[in-house]
Amino acid sequence: MAKDKQLIKLDHISKSFGNQLVLDDLDLYIRENEFITLLGPSGCGKTTTLRILGGFETPDKGTVYFDGQDITHLPPNKRPLNTVFQKYALFTHMTIAENIAFGLKIKNKPKTYIQDKIKYALKLVNLDGFENRMPDSLSGGQQQRIAIARAIVNEPKVLLLDEPLGALDLKLRQDMQYELIRLKNELGITFLYVTHDQEEALTMSDTIVVMNQGYIQQIGTPEKIYNEPENAFVADFIGDSNIISATMIEDYLVEILGARFVSTDAGFGKNKPVDVVIRPEDVELVKPEEGIIQGTVTHVIFKGVHYEMEVMANGHEWLVQSTSMFPVGTPVGIKVDPYNIQTMHKPESEDEEAIGVEE
Amino acid sequence: MKNKKNLLAFPYLLWSAGFIIIPLCMIFFYGFTDKTNRFTFANVVSIVEGENLKALGISILLALIATLICVLLSYPLAYILSGSGMKQSGFMIFVFILPMWMNFLLRTLAWQTLLEKNGVINMILHFLHLPVLNIINTPYAIVLGMVYNFLPFMILPLYNALSKIDPSVIEAARDLGANSFQTFVNVIFPLSIPGLISGITMVSVPALTTFVISDMLGGGKILLIGNVIEQEFKQANNWHVGSGLSIVLMLFILLAMGLTAKYDKEGGSYF
Amino acid sequence: MKATLKKLYVLLILLLLYAPIITLVVLSFNASKTRAKWGGFTMKWYASLFRNEQVMNALYTTLLLALLSALIATLIGTAAAIAMNSMQAKIKMYFTAVTNIPMLNADIVTGISLMLLFLAIDATFGFPTVLLAHITFNIPYVILSVLPKMKQTNRSVYEAALDLGATPAYAFFKVVFPDILPGVIAGFFLSFTMSLDDFIITHFAKGPGLDTLSTKIYTEVKKGIKPEMYALSTLMFLTVLILIILVNYIPNIQKEKNLKENTRYEKGMVH
Repeated sequence: MAKDKQLIKLDHISKSFGNQLVLDDLDLYIRENEFITLLGPSGCGKTTTLRILGGFETPDKGTVYFDGQDITHLPPNKRPLNTVFQKYALFTHMTIAENIAFGLKIKNKPKTYIQDKIKYALKLVNLDGFENRMPDSLSGGQQQRIAIARAIVNEPKVLLLDEPLGALDLKLRQDMQYELIRLKNELGITFLYVTHDQEEALTMSDTIVVMNQGYIQQIGTPEKIYNEPENAFVADFIGDSNIISATMIEDYLVEILGARFVSTDAGFGKNKPVDVVIRPEDVELVKPEEGIIQGTVTHVIFKGVHYEMEVMANGHEWLVQSTSMFPVGTPVGIKVDPYNIQTMHKPESEDEEAIGVEE
Repeated sequence: MKNKKNLLAFPYLLWSAGFIIIPLCMIFFYGFTDKTNRFTFANVVSIVEGENLKALGISILLALIATLICVLLSYPLAYILSGSGMKQSGFMIFVFILPMWMNFLLRTLAWQTLLEKNGVINMILHFLHLPVLNIINTPYAIVLGMVYNFLPFMILPLYNALSKIDPSVIEAARDLGANSFQTFVNVIFPLSIPGLISGITMVSVPALTTFVISDMLGGGKILLIGNVIEQEFKQANNWHVGSGLSIVLMLFILLAMGLTAKYDKEGGSYF
Repeated sequence: MKATLKKLYVLLILLLLYAPIITLVVLSFNASKTRAKWGGFTMKWYASLFRNEQVMNALYTTLLLALLSALIATLIGTAAAIAMNSMQAKIKMYFTAVTNIPMLNADIVTGISLMLLFLAIDATFGFPTVLLAHITFNIPYVILSVLPKMKQTNRSVYEAALDLGATPAYAFFKVVFPDILPGVIAGFFLSFTMSLDDFIITHFAKGPGLDTLSTKIYTEVKKGIKPEMYALSTLMFLTVLILIILVNYIPNIQKEKNLKENTRYEKGMVH
């Protein structure tokens, strides 16, 4: 099927700056028409990956394929993809129209075509009539839209977006997220999005690539990444969670903090140390005698949609989100449904330990 | 509270009125009066008299040439220094500005020593059996002196303008399909124009008005407009004519600034 | 290849800028009186320079002038800059314009305008007139050094100090002044060097009995270059070099010292 066609392939890419290894033997492919997000903390190599795709960095090792062709050493101006830069990078000495026309004029497109394109692009980003304004007179959100318009008039096969919403305030950021999804659907092109904001990634992406310290930690749909994190780093990075050391007694049975829970996971072997992830909204608070573990509520904060509580039970501070409130000091029981316990292998080598979570 | 703070500027208010505004008015007063304090245009009009007009013409010509050479020499240098390739470019720019802090007269004296008939350059040329250079006391030597003395004034603003350009803007141009040449013409050069303008002003004004360089390297044979004015004041004691010529000179400075400012605005658009 | 070409170009310009200065330094140690020949190493020009009473007098005048004019300009300029920062736009426009006039105008015009003023008030041309002239062209440098620092200061820090019970003056000296101090120091040193370097304005503001190093060099050069002048050049270049290094590194040293003290303080808190 055309939809699953691999448009871009990064093959064994390594890159270091000085002594610092930024990308280590990275393999990744990007399908046509997908919204793929590289997600990770700063310094994880996500921006470097984007810059290698854009042609602004050359990998030390490895090959970049576009549509089956090796483009590793192709300069940026010859690549069929365009970038939306972090701080917009608008040409401050040109009007909005001239900014948008830049790429088309370079390609010697006819004047009427360029005019039409400018109109179309401004309409697309909801900024009709801004042709003769200068970039400095626009707000951050408007500048960001112009940066997107400037990129898409060139009809790139792939749009690279480098933390484009990072400089905007919260409300504007949320509006722009919907805008970007709409744009992607209208244009029908591939979006490669780089961000450190997990919420942004979950909202917009078809596929999320979680990265840390130059390695890919997990690739998957937002649901999969959220519900079934493959390791403690991913679990911790995506949303709040209870990450607890546990022992897999046997298939479908896990011992957490001395109590036995039924789980849906199998294949870890007998009496194996594992990490389990339980999302705070999946922890059920019940009467003490109905719970598997008993504890006491130590903190309550009202969060609007729900209450956030901390429960001290069996030496662990459980983070719990619930719509019903239990006052501080209430003895409670804790219950977790089997399918809400996500079991993960413990990191094996010290090297992997380093990428793990800090408590 | 606000008024109290304004009081801090009071000494400067007095000072600027007494030593900047009034002296400037005095030039205009002397420039438009004769020795009996009667109003006249004669002093200003005397610029078209043979010797004066010739001096102004040579001054403008030499200042233009010197400015042009400064631009041609400085632009590539500032571009290289501002480029990411050079490490410690801040230190490098310091090295280039340092000679500017050497006393102006001594710097010019140095060129006199180098260029003289039996000077250092000719000694070296002679030693290499090359033809000797006879440019001391010619306009060439004056232009050389101007370029040497004012070159740092061009390097610094150009470097500042070029190094202020956000690298991602250059990457954006490349990303949108421009090759390195197109990127330079459409993005880098227009963004460096403010620096170029202030460089041109900072070089052309002192070059146009100098009398020291022409004195020391022109051997007193070539009179620039600066020399004419200096002589009116220090030798002929004709302050009226001297002031009249100064007014013309200020007009040219204003004109140069106006032109460059206008070009600056037009430089805003491209293609 | 491209990188080599770039380096070569940078070196070439450096050679152009430094060759004359190096020549002066070398010639200052040349025993032969004609600069065409190397007559062996000597320090005798330095010795005779220091025995030359006129040069020593000029040196004393120059240094005193630079020190006094820089001090007074720093006082007036800093006060003006502090006021200008919170001034109503219209009043501020006057100060900005007046500050720009001496910066943009030709030195020769500034020089003769002051000369006309001193003539009009029948002042005796001498040290006081030169000092007034130097203060006048130094104030703008102080203002331009202090004003940006003043803009950077955080107003709410000053208001917080007032809120905590400080008087405006106490709040200013305790929380605002330390922030602008680097600008004040830079303005002082910039003024000092500008005064050291000036020839043109001094030339018009001085009387016959008084000489600064610059005016002394000018008259000496007209009479014919003496090797003592090379020795003087070398010494002046070294002095300026040391001054510039001090100006550029004192703020850094200060910063490091502060940092050290802060960490010491924090460590003290732990105990």
